[in-house]
Amino acid sequence: MSKQQASRPLSPHLQVYKPQITSVSSILHRITGLLLSAFSLLWVSWLLAVYSSATTYDSFRQLLQSWPGKLLLLLAGWALFYHLMTGIRHMIWDSVHMLELDSAKRSGWVIVIGSLLLTGLAAGIWL
Amino acid sequence: MSRPHVNTRSALAKARNHGAAGSGVTHWWRMKISSLLLLVLTIWLLFAFQAMSQADFSAAREFLAAPWNTCMALLFSWTLFYHAQLGLQVVIEDYIHSTWLATTFTIGLRLLALLLATLCSVLILQVALNPSAAGV
Ligand code: HEM
Repeated sequence: MSKQQASRPLSPHLQVYKPQITSVSSILHRITGLLLSAFSLLWVSWLLAVYSSATTYDSFRQLLQSWPGKLLLLLAGWALFYHLMTGIRHMIWDSVHMLELDSAKRSGWVIVIGSLLLTGLAAGIWL
Repeated sequence: MSRPHVNTRSALAKARNHGAAGSGVTHWWRMKISSLLLLVLTIWLLFAFQAMSQADFSAAREFLAAPWNTCMALLFSWTLFYHAQLGLQVVIEDYIHSTWLATTFTIGLRLLALLLATLCSVLILQVALNPSAAGV
């Protein structure tokens, strides 16, 4: 490493960087984005089922109503609520609002807790 | 008096479209617009989920064939894969450091998103245009 390189600041090293609500809520936006991209196949499968036949449609419904199916829906629902809320926060941030550390921490907790509450509510209604 | 290199372009014109991504704020704007659309369409999705929670096969087809639902389902499919493709492109750019590999993945991703969005559109329209008959 050259002298110049050595004197440059390092970006936070994940192995030694203490998880905080700001960093955790940030990476969860990316993780839920990835999850939702995979879950987009649920939408395609539903359309395929509605297109094909009553038998296919019924077995698709049964699959979703089994406990692994319900778990999948629960995860998809949480990812959607969470990503939607952090997505709104991104747009608020882009308008140069709520960027102070206090505010970012507060909105982080609101989103983590809010997304869990919404998922619980949705599960209560539909599962 | 000779002044050989007088550049008449404004500072803004010189800077425009030359950010790190080489394409200015285009990607950012597309992300914002698709997010706003998805925000609205997700509300429709929850409404559809409620309507479908008890529906059998023919009720589901009838639901999808109602003009506003057909419209929302199409818009949702297009916006979903558009937004996902834009978002996944950023993830690829962040973690894959070889330019040609990242470009290859991004092109593959776009083709896949296009394929899935087209598949969704065909399925939706097939059901919408013939709700009472089953497809296969
Ligand atoms: C429903 C399916 C959705 C999928 C599959 C999806 C997927 C993704 C992905 C993969 C990313 C990239 C994540 C990253 O760069 O770390 C992303 C980013 C983003 N999503 Fe979504 N998303 C969905 C819904 C939404 C909704 C409803 C909103 C709006 C409230 C939204 C707002 C955003 C925003 C603002 C970003 C950019 C964040 C940034 O600037 O880094 N997304 N999305």
